[in-house]
Amino acid sequence: MASSTSSVITLEINGEKHTLPVDHRTTLLDALRERLDLTGTKKGCDQGQCGACTVLLDGRRAVACLQLAVAAEGREITTIEGVADGDRLHPVQQAFLDLDGYQCGYCTPGQICAAIGMIEEHAAGWPSAVTDDVRPEAGPPPLTADEIRERMSGNLCRCGAYVSIVEAVARAAGEAAAERRVTPAAEAEEAVA
Amino acid sequence: MREFDYQRAADVAGAVALLGADPDTRFLGGGTNLVDLMKTGVERPARLIDIRELPLDHIEPTPEGGLRIGATVTNGDLAAHPAIRRRYPALAQAVLAGASGQLRNMATVGGNLLQRTRCGYFTDVTKPCNKRVPGSGCPAIEGEHHNHAILGASGHCVAVHPSDMAVALTAFDAVVHFETADGPGESPLASFYLPVGDTPHRETALPPGALITGVTLPPAPVAAVSRYRKVRERASYAFAIGSVAAALDVRDGVVHDARLALGAVASRPWRAVAAEHVLTGAPADAATYAAAADAELAAARPLPHNGYKVDLMRNLVVAVLSELAEEAAR
Repeated sequence: MASSTSSVITLEINGEKHTLPVDHRTTLLDALRERLDLTGTKKGCDQGQCGACTVLLDGRRAVACLQLAVAAEGREITTIEGVADGDRLHPVQQAFLDLDGYQCGYCTPGQICAAIGMIEEHAAGWPSAVTDDVRPEAGPPPLTADEIRERMSGNLCRCGAYVSIVEAVARAAGEAAAERRVTPAAEAEEAVA
Repeated sequence: MREFDYQRAADVAGAVALLGADPDTRFLGGGTNLVDLMKTGVERPARLIDIRELPLDHIEPTPEGGLRIGATVTNGDLAAHPAIRRRYPALAQAVLAGASGQLRNMATVGGNLLQRTRCGYFTDVTKPCNKRVPGSGCPAIEGEHHNHAILGASGHCVAVHPSDMAVALTAFDAVVHFETADGPGESPLASFYLPVGDTPHRETALPPGALITGVTLPPAPVAAVSRYRKVRERASYAFAIGSVAAALDVRDGVVHDARLALGAVASRPWRAVAAEHVLTGAPADAATYAAAADAELAAARPLPHNGYKVDLMRNLVVAVLSELAEEAAR
């Protein structure tokens, strides 16, 4: 079999298909920023330790710096550029704006994408490392400040805007929960034991 | 980073065939450790076989009453699974104690088992390291080793295994399943990780060319009352400096059954067999728990800067067992 170190791939980003040749060494983060002009996703540590490059892959939060672009083909990629509904900001974006959930703003796109994914995980009943009782019978833990801090610990903010970040995430999560109560689309799935 | 070829495997047999016996090829799961090591030059594969789309992403009951966890189940899905949380809560807690939400959504169970040590000399290619370059030496023994092994180390390597998940799996007698070109095989986790000896570069009993396909948890009623406790240098998103996975079954004030495994103290998750011997049949009290911890830690050989771990682990074992006894009494 012929060996090749590059491929032409098609990435589906924010609902739009982009076809591009990539060296296999290209991370999704570099493909987004350097090749597709989607610079909202930030490069912080480039080692999976800071969360600045957080995007959503098939709806789940992930760090784009450790994701090879070639391996992201076929997955639904959502970046900070794709979370708003036209001119209407995503509720997490609006909460960060209203409550000053940032100082310099560099970590903010990653914080927002991580919060969007985290709120979904919590709504699906996922426990965290600070959840007292992880057994499903205990029910989902309330999204307290401690829970938010633990669940968002993959995103560093060097300005130290954590106090406002926690408030913004809490407000957005509360709004999402209220919306789910109005339109109970899908109950959190409980897989068979 | 070295240039590399990339292929996707459609099924297990195809993945094993694609890898062949090529020592320059690696399987790619979530990539959270491999891609990082490729960036720093610790890993320099010529080819990656992407296995993330293999149909190994399920958690299913086994006929014996245990659970079979597929190799490509993400850490996030594993910790969220109701049966894991109900029947092996320490395993869910261990996974949740590791990494970040983002990394847990990417990282797979198979990859978690095979992740490499975070010893600073191993990850720095400008430094000698017997694990990375056999025979080059171990600067950690004389150097920075405050978070290195106190049990089972050798004069060739004192690095610790970084996994939280594997500590809980070890406590519950998990079995690793793999596929090779010659057919399937399995290895109890207790013997999956090899002793360090003079071959720290040989880490597991996985045959060359083998693909991990899953992990089986045998039925373990004792695991219903279990806990994972991790101590680290900050409250979240850091590797352990010591951890304990424990399960306890107390009947009429006596320990009927106990499981205990220690993390971040050795090159592998450390099943505390000596401690379990002391526990089983003994009164369920603090004196027993202390005696159990002492029995296990009698073999500890701390280095000049990690002696604190002996006290830390002793306190941790006593605390976790005391909490479990209280929980069992409820």
